Amino acid sequence: MSGVRVLVGTRKGAFILTSDGKREQWEVSGPHFAGWEIYHLKGSPADPNRIYASQTSGWFGQIIQRSDDGGKTWHQPGTPAGAPVVPGPPKSASNKFAYDASASPLATHQWYDGTQHPWEFKRVWHLEPSLTDPDAVYAGVEDAALFRSTDGGENWKELPGLRGHGTGPKWQPGAGGMCLHTIILDPSDPNRIFIAISAAGAFRTDDGGKTWKPINRGLYSQYIPDPRAEVGHCVHHVAMNPSRPNVLFMQKHWDVMRSNDAGDSWQEISGNLPTDFGFVIDVHAHEPETIYVVPIKSDSEHFVPDGKLRVFRSRTGGNEWEPLTKGLPQSNCYVNVLRDAMAVDSLDQCGVYFGTSGGQVYASADAGDSWAPIVRDLPAVLSVEVQTLV
Amino acid sequence: MIRVILPQHLRTLAQVRGEVELEVSGPVTQRSVLDALEARYPMLRGTIRDQGTQQRRAFLRFFACEEDLSHEPPDAPLPDAVASGTEPFIVIGAIAGG
Repeated sequence: MSGVRVLVGTRKGAFILTSDGKREQWEVSGPHFAGWEIYHLKGSPADPNRIYASQTSGWFGQIIQRSDDGGKTWHQPGTPAGAPVVPGPPKSASNKFAYDASASPLATHQWYDGTQHPWEFKRVWHLEPSLTDPDAVYAGVEDAALFRSTDGGENWKELPGLRGHGTGPKWQPGAGGMCLHTIILDPSDPNRIFIAISAAGAFRTDDGGKTWKPINRGLYSQYIPDPRAEVGHCVHHVAMNPSRPNVLFMQKHWDVMRSNDAGDSWQEISGNLPTDFGFVIDVHAHEPETIYVVPIKSDSEHFVPDGKLRVFRSRTGGNEWEPLTKGLPQSNCYVNVLRDAMAVDSLDQCGVYFGTSGGQVYASADAGDSWAPIVRDLPAVLSVEVQTLV
Repeated sequence: MIRVILPQHLRTLAQVRGEVELEVSGPVTQRSVLDALEARYPMLRGTIRDQGTQQRRAFLRFFACEEDLSHEPPDAPLPDAVASGTEPFIVIGAIAGG
């Protein structure tokens, strides 16, 4: 029987929400890694029992966790739970993210005040498992760089060509840090990867990560000296429907954008949105012109407009948007929805999920027409991913 | 036998309860104690000292015998009471924020 597993990262732990295909009754497990910030969890498309999680703390640094049984049990790759303790140095370094300074010298990036600042690893924002190999997984980190593991997360190696693009001194942190937060693997071309960085912009490789090019033509950002600069744009999130890998949708700091040519050029599709600031954006699993955003009032207030939590849906690939409100609070609601906190399942009737800074996780089993909370009182939600189980 | 007290989150990671007891050969210093700790509990590597620089993480402190040893050189001898196991070496999260 089909079902879904929703993976929720929060400020104080991870939660796993499971349901059958009706998506009416839910089981909640967690908190896993209680007390730690879980920036992201994601399951392997090649093996749904394999899930990777980024566990992080300002005190204790970065930990990578892995489950091989669908989230029932977890271990740090290379140090299995219950394994006999062997004296000597650790066999692996699953939480070691060392920039490859020999291939790409550690440059500086722009700091908030315009001065140059050294590159420093802080945390993993996003984990993107390979589409075909459960042991291969990418990590997007702060300060911005892309890492890859090919041994199930035991060891990580930077893909230094991205950081070595040469524009690093023009990259700068957004309010949340200088993070590589979006990784999209092209299902039609294993050598093509899209990534996005706040605040540098979007980049694409066509050679498996060796070289990268910025793909920001058409973006306009008033808050940087040259609003049409090659890099420096605060891209919040990018989404793709796998059936149309050349079509990308972007929620920029301000502006919702669309590209029909794999990012070579972008057009604004904000249309009739009440505000075009926001973080999340996603695409319907079966209708590649149906997209979802959650408008946020402004970059200084970071909550939904007018006290109303509304998802906006476009069935026309942008510009024409309709508010989706059934089942969502329409008064006295002042939550935010962060960039990795929306996901869609691929059941026949596409499910849509998102989590809020108020700890609610909402689900729609009818492509957004109606919503219901799965849980209401989790810690602030950082990320939401969903696995469709068959 | 060296006794080490870890903060709760690191005890959870290492899957231990209470104090950790370690054998340390040679001089008993911050470095030798932490080396022994990480050798026995590899999952703690990088959580107390930076993986690359081996510097103490900024929000952690080292205490023993009612003294703050956080800023002592890593190869300085720890107090005799720690070396003899009479007193524990304490790793503690600095209080920051509310």
